[in-house]
Amino acid sequence: MTTLAFAVLYLSAAVFLIATAARAVLYARQPIHLRWELYPVPHEDPERVKHGGSYFEEVDWWKKPARFNLLGELSFMVPEMLFLKALHEHNRKLWYRSFPFHFGLYLMMGTVGLVLLAALLALFAPSLMAGPLETGLHAVYTVTGAAGVLLAMAGALLLLHRRLTDPALKVYTTPGDIFNLLFFLIAFGVLAAGYLLKGPDFPGVRGIAEGLLRGNLSLSVPPLFATGLILSGLLAAYIPLTHMSHFVGKYFTYHSVRWEDHPNRPGGDIEKKLAEYLTYRPTWAAPHVTADGKRTWADVATTNPWQGEKK
Amino acid sequence: MKDKITLSDMSRPDRKPLTHVENADLMPLPPPLDSPDKDVPWTPLSDKVRQAVECGLDDTCALNIPQPKSKEEEDELVRKFLSGLDKLFTKENNWTFLQPLVLTMEHCAKCQTCSEACHIFEASGGNELYRPTFRSEILRRLYFKYVKHGGLLSAWQHGDIEVNWPLVARLAELSYRCNLCRRCAQTCPIGADNGLVAHELRKLFSQEMGINAKECHDNGSVLQLKVGSSTGMSSLVVKDNIEFIDEDMTEKTGIKVETPWDVEGAEVLLIHNAGEIMAWPENPGAFAVILNAAGITWTLSSELAGYDSINYGLWYDDAQFARVAIKHAEAAKKLKVKKIVLGECGHAHKALSIIADRVLTGELNIPRESSMTLLRDIVMSDRIKLDPSRNDFPVTLHDPCNLVRLMGVVEPQREILRKICPQFREMWPHGVDNYCCGGGSGFAIMSGNNFQDWRFHVSGRKKLQQVLNAFADCLDPSIPKYICAPCSNCKGQFRDMLAYYEMWEKHRILYGGLVELIVNAMVDVKPGFIEWEWH
Repeated sequence: MTTLAFAVLYLSAAVFLIATAARAVLYARQPIHLRWELYPVPHEDPERVKHGGSYFEEVDWWKKPARFNLLGELSFMVPEMLFLKALHEHNRKLWYRSFPFHFGLYLMMGTVGLVLLAALLALFAPSLMAGPLETGLHAVYTVTGAAGVLLAMAGALLLLHRRLTDPALKVYTTPGDIFNLLFFLIAFGVLAAGYLLKGPDFPGVRGIAEGLLRGNLSLSVPPLFATGLILSGLLAAYIPLTHMSHFVGKYFTYHSVRWEDHPNRPGGDIEKKLAEYLTYRPTWAAPHVTADGKRTWADVATTNPWQGEKK
Repeated sequence: MKDKITLSDMSRPDRKPLTHVENADLMPLPPPLDSPDKDVPWTPLSDKVRQAVECGLDDTCALNIPQPKSKEEEDELVRKFLSGLDKLFTKENNWTFLQPLVLTMEHCAKCQTCSEACHIFEASGGNELYRPTFRSEILRRLYFKYVKHGGLLSAWQHGDIEVNWPLVARLAELSYRCNLCRRCAQTCPIGADNGLVAHELRKLFSQEMGINAKECHDNGSVLQLKVGSSTGMSSLVVKDNIEFIDEDMTEKTGIKVETPWDVEGAEVLLIHNAGEIMAWPENPGAFAVILNAAGITWTLSSELAGYDSINYGLWYDDAQFARVAIKHAEAAKKLKVKKIVLGECGHAHKALSIIADRVLTGELNIPRESSMTLLRDIVMSDRIKLDPSRNDFPVTLHDPCNLVRLMGVVEPQREILRKICPQFREMWPHGVDNYCCGGGSGFAIMSGNNFQDWRFHVSGRKKLQQVLNAFADCLDPSIPKYICAPCSNCKGQFRDMLAYYEMWEKHRILYGGLVELIVNAMVDVKPGFIEWEWH
C-alpha cells in the first residue's frame, strides 16, 4: 500500500506541476489581444482608482510618464486571493460556501508545505529539529491541517448542496460538477478518517513525508490513511486538467485582460508584436471580409471593398 | 408567464419561440409606471415575419435570417457555423480576442454571480434565456465538443449539446440580446466575460456566414465606407449641414459661429458622431461655440469617414472595425493634426482610443483624446465665463458604458456638471458601476420588426428605473428636468424610450448632451440655449 501511495503521490505531483505549467505557458503564448480592459484598474494613480478613472482623464495623457501603482494592485490582489473579495461583494450567499472551501484548501496547501519543511529539516538539519522547532511546527501543521480539512469539507458540502438545490444552478450543472465536489469530499474525508483512526504504529505525517522524500518504501502507512493520500494525490493531479485550474486562468483574466491598459507606444514592444499578427492570413468566408487565406490581416484591414461605390 | 428553459431547448426543432415575456413578468418600475397595466403593450411579430424569417427565440427578431428552404440548406448553414466556430479559436483568424475568449471558455465556474449584475436579466424578471451565462454555456459546450474534440468524458465534464440549424439560428439571435456593457464581467470573481462571448458570436456570424444586423452592417459600416458616414451623408452634404448649423448657432447665441474644415496642422481634429449633425445639431454647434471661445485651433475633416466617428464594427465585425478605424486615423494623418478629439459618442471613444490602439501602428498611431477631458480643462480653467444659475434645474448624468466602465473617463464630466448645474444629482449606481441605457451595442439604431418593444421593456428598463428614481422628488411636469447623456447612441435610446413612455409629455424629462449645458451657462451667449422642446 505504501508503494502504491508513494507512486501515486510522486506521479500526481509531477502531473500537477506539468499540467499547471503547460496551461500557464499556453495562455502566455497566445497573441496579445486588442485592448479589453475594465475599470477600475487598481494599478492606476491612487486618486483615480477611487472613482475607477484611467489616464484618459488627463489632457495630452501620452505626454505624461506612465506610472504603475504596484501597491494599488497588491491591495486588490491580496484580499481577492485570500478572502475572495469579489465574491464577498457581489455574491454573498455563495461566499459563505466558497470562502471556507477555498480557505480550507489554502490551509491544507500550507500544511503540506510545513510538513515537507519539517521533513527536510529532519533529514538535512536534524539538530534544528531536536528542540522546540519540532514541537512548534508539529503544533502548527496539526492545527492548519485539521482546520483546512474541516473548512474544505464543510465548504464542499455547502457548495454541493447549493448546486443540487438552487434552481439558478441546475440548468448549468453537469455530472462532472457534482463529481468534482464529491471527489473533494471523499478524498479529504478518507484522509481525515485515516488520520483519526491511525493506530499506535502510525509513523506520523512528518515521518511519511520523510519516507516520501527518501523513497523509503519499507515505511508502514496505515491502509486507510494511504487511501486518503492516494485520493488526495489523484485530486491534485486532476484539478489542473479541469476548469478548477482557475488559479492559473485568473492570473491571466486579471493581468492580461481586465487590467491590461498598456498603450501602444510608437516603436514599442506592442507595435513589434502587432507587426507579426498583421501578417497572419485569415480565412473567414463571408465575402465582405475579403479573406482568402492568401491575403494578410493588413491587406484585409486596408481594403475598402466599397471605395468609390455610390450610395 | 415565465417559461422553464433549459440549454437543450435551443436545439428544439420547432420554430416556436422559447419564451414569451409579459409586462407582469418584468422588473417593477417606480411611479408613474408602478403597475404592469400602466406599461405600454407589446406589438406582436406579424405572421408574415414569423413565416419568413427565423424568430424561434423570443418575442422579437433582430436579424431577419431567412428560413432555409430545405434540410440540405440547413445542413450547409450548420457546416458553415462549425467552420466559423473553429476559426474563432485560431490565432490566424482571431488573434484579436483569442486569449480572453479561451480564458472565458475554460474557467467559468457557473456560479451565476454575473446574473445579478445584468440589467437585461434583472429587467426581464429573471428570464433564463437572458441570463448572461446562458449563451456562454451554449458556446462553451460547442467549444469543448467541436473545437477541442472532446468525447464522452468531456461531455460528462462540460455538458453536451446537440448542434442543428434551430440552435444556430437561435444562438445568432441570442447574441443580439446583450448590450455588451460588460457589467457582468466586472463582477465575475474569476474574470470570465459573457459580454465578450456575445461579441465573439456576433463576429462568427458576420465574418463567416455574413449574418449581422442590417442597421449595423449594410446601413452602418458598409455605408460609412461607401459614402463616408453611416448617416448616408457625403462630405458635400455634411459641409452643407454644418454651414446651416453655424448660421443657426450664430443666431441663437449671438456669437459668430464658424466651423473650420480641413485645417492642416490644427491642434485638434474633432470627430463627431455624424448622427449628431442630423438629429441633434445643437451638439456640434455647441462644440464649435466652446472651442472657438476657448481659442483652440481645431478642425473637422471632410475625408471619407473622417467626419463620422461611428465605428459599428466594434459590435460585430473585426474587419469592418479595423477598416473604419484606419480611415479615421488616415484623415488625421493627412491633416497633420496634433491629436484627435472624440465628440460625445461613447462607442467611438472606446473604438478609436482603446480597441484601435492595437490596430493603428506607425504613422497612424496619432494621439486620441476624449472631449470630456478637453471640456473639463476649458471649464475648470475659467477660459470661458459661466453662470451656473442658467442651469438651475434638476440634472442627472447618464454614464455611457464605453466611456466609463470600458475606458475609465469618469470624473471630467462630473467636475463640469458640479460646477455648472446647481441641481445636479447622481443616478444610483453610477460611474463604473453604471447601468447601460439599453441601447448599447447597436440596439439604439435597431428598430426592425418589434425590436424596440424589447429594447424599451427589457434592455432599457433598468435605466428608466434609474431616471425615475433620480427625479422622484420632481416628477411634476411644471419642473423641467435634464438627463445629460454625453453619447449619441445613448441619446438615441433616451429619445426613443422617453417618447415610448411619454416622459416628456407627462413629466417634462428631456435629454441632451454635456456641451449644450455648458453653452447654456455661457455668460457671453444669449440666455435660453436649451429650448425645452422635444427633439
